Amino acid sequence: MYAQMIKTASAGVKSREEMTDQEREFQDKIDNDIKIEPRDWMPDDYRRTLIRQIGQHAHSEVVGQLPEGNWITRAPTLERKAILLAKVQDEAGHGLYLYSAAETLGESRDELVRLLHEGRMKYSSIFNYPTLNWADIGAVGWLVDGAAIVNQVALQRTSYGPYSRAMIRICKEESFHARQGYHAIMKMAFGTPEQTRQAQSAVDRLWFPAIMMFGPTDADSTNSDQSMAWKIKVKSNDELRQQFVDQTVPQIEYLGLDLPDPNIKWNEERGHYDFSDPDWSEFFNVIKGNGPCNVDRMKDRVAAWDDGEWVRDGLLAHAQKKAAAKVAAE
Amino acid sequence: MSVDKQQLLQFLLRQGDNTLVLGHRVSEWCGHSPILEEDIALANTALDLIGQTQMWLGYAAEVQGEGKTADDLAFLRDAWDFRNVLLVEMPNGDFGQTLLRQFLFDAFQSVLMGRLMKSSDEQVAAIAAKASKEIAYHVERSADTVVGLGDGTEESHDRMQAALEYLWPYAGEMFESDDTDAAMAAAGVAPDPAGLREEYDALIGKVLGEATLTIPDSRYNHKGGRNGAMHTEHLGHLLTSMQWLQRAYPGCEW
Repeated sequence: MYAQMIKTASAGVKSREEMTDQEREFQDKIDNDIKIEPRDWMPDDYRRTLIRQIGQHAHSEVVGQLPEGNWITRAPTLERKAILLAKVQDEAGHGLYLYSAAETLGESRDELVRLLHEGRMKYSSIFNYPTLNWADIGAVGWLVDGAAIVNQVALQRTSYGPYSRAMIRICKEESFHARQGYHAIMKMAFGTPEQTRQAQSAVDRLWFPAIMMFGPTDADSTNSDQSMAWKIKVKSNDELRQQFVDQTVPQIEYLGLDLPDPNIKWNEERGHYDFSDPDWSEFFNVIKGNGPCNVDRMKDRVAAWDDGEWVRDGLLAHAQKKAAAKVAAE
Repeated sequence: MSVDKQQLLQFLLRQGDNTLVLGHRVSEWCGHSPILEEDIALANTALDLIGQTQMWLGYAAEVQGEGKTADDLAFLRDAWDFRNVLLVEMPNGDFGQTLLRQFLFDAFQSVLMGRLMKSSDEQVAAIAAKASKEIAYHVERSADTVVGLGDGTEESHDRMQAALEYLWPYAGEMFESDDTDAAMAAAGVAPDPAGLREEYDALIGKVLGEATLTIPDSRYNHKGGRNGAMHTEHLGHLLTSMQWLQRAYPGCEW
């Protein structure tokens, strides 16, 4: 899940009486779980909100290559290096499907990238944290892709057809990543004392950033109502976060690691684990650009784009020459 | 004719170290390429190269017969024991230099693999058969990109010409022959690389011509990688990152 704090473009949820005929027909489709397709009529605010959400998700996949790329050259075995390369390749592929989904809404990839580079669009807060040891790579697969799956499985039911289909495809690959990540961290947790220490450090550092991925608490998530009515968002932030905590705590225990939060406790009455809130002031700081890696991540992406300009221009010029030669020959 | 194990080992290390070192170099691009499609393509190329490394070095370890694995060979040898050509350890430079290096290597591999598929050594033939499918795609892609950038804008042309001039003196080492090559040729395991030059020159001549690039006149070439006599200064730094975890935490399972 790589979309957080998406501001819903809307003046508030309209009642049926307030809707135009077109809007009512649109809402009926959504209520009956009929997917909205690119050529269908849709309210402008629905379109705008989806572009923001899908765009942010795409950017997250692309920026997400960086913290993992940080360890590709240091992967400890050939197999681990191959697994990590395949994973990063998948992430870049997810970026492509998602940009394509955004294009079906009339927004070009170049424009979305420009907005990202100008700081006007965001990517998931999680990628502003560093990967500091090899266990972090296992933890990213297990916790970060794990959190993404919880959100994305819900989004498979989202109302916009191309987005829903992208989620179905992406979830299959993410599940594989999460399993591989858990396997990698198992090796560390059950390894030498130094490896166990790395695994513990990874869980301690990444736990709260991972549960922040679901966005602010429902009470502070004021934009959700319209997105829920449109089924752009399918479950609330707190519901998804609880689901993630419930599935992950037993996995940490299985690894024999200390829980990263002393308040994690099974609550018999609720049938869920209790846990501490993350430090939301940290979250809002990361979103604002003050996370440990925000500046470097954007510097890397902007440099890659700027340094690559001559390549894109060169290939385009060549394609145009070829097309012109073909026309001349006909 | 029976093959000298030491010579076969040298031959296999040359194959595996080429793909290992180049795979590592290509993987350094992760997340930094000019466009998303290229991030995917570069990761895919690196992945193929690492996969080929697992096969070559896996077989090398078996031939060596000391109970070692492909990982031991990749992560626990020092630079002087590496047998890759200097070309693959050269730094990435800009995207054009990376793709030109890739093309010079892919073209060689595409010529070599055709021969290795007919190797008298069944395992060499099997590895070559598997790798050749990937290499056919690699050379097509690197050739297309070299043509696109060479015959693109004035800037892209100039950058590609500069890359060719920088890398050209490293192409010739791929065709050096020594006792190991003679032994492999005699046993029908692999061709003498010197005999592949003509086919290679025809292939790259066609692509570089289409790319409007000029091949430098000089045939002088640097060497010392494939026999380990003298690598570049770059290899040590590459191994420093690649081998760090295995060196810092010896004997672990990962």
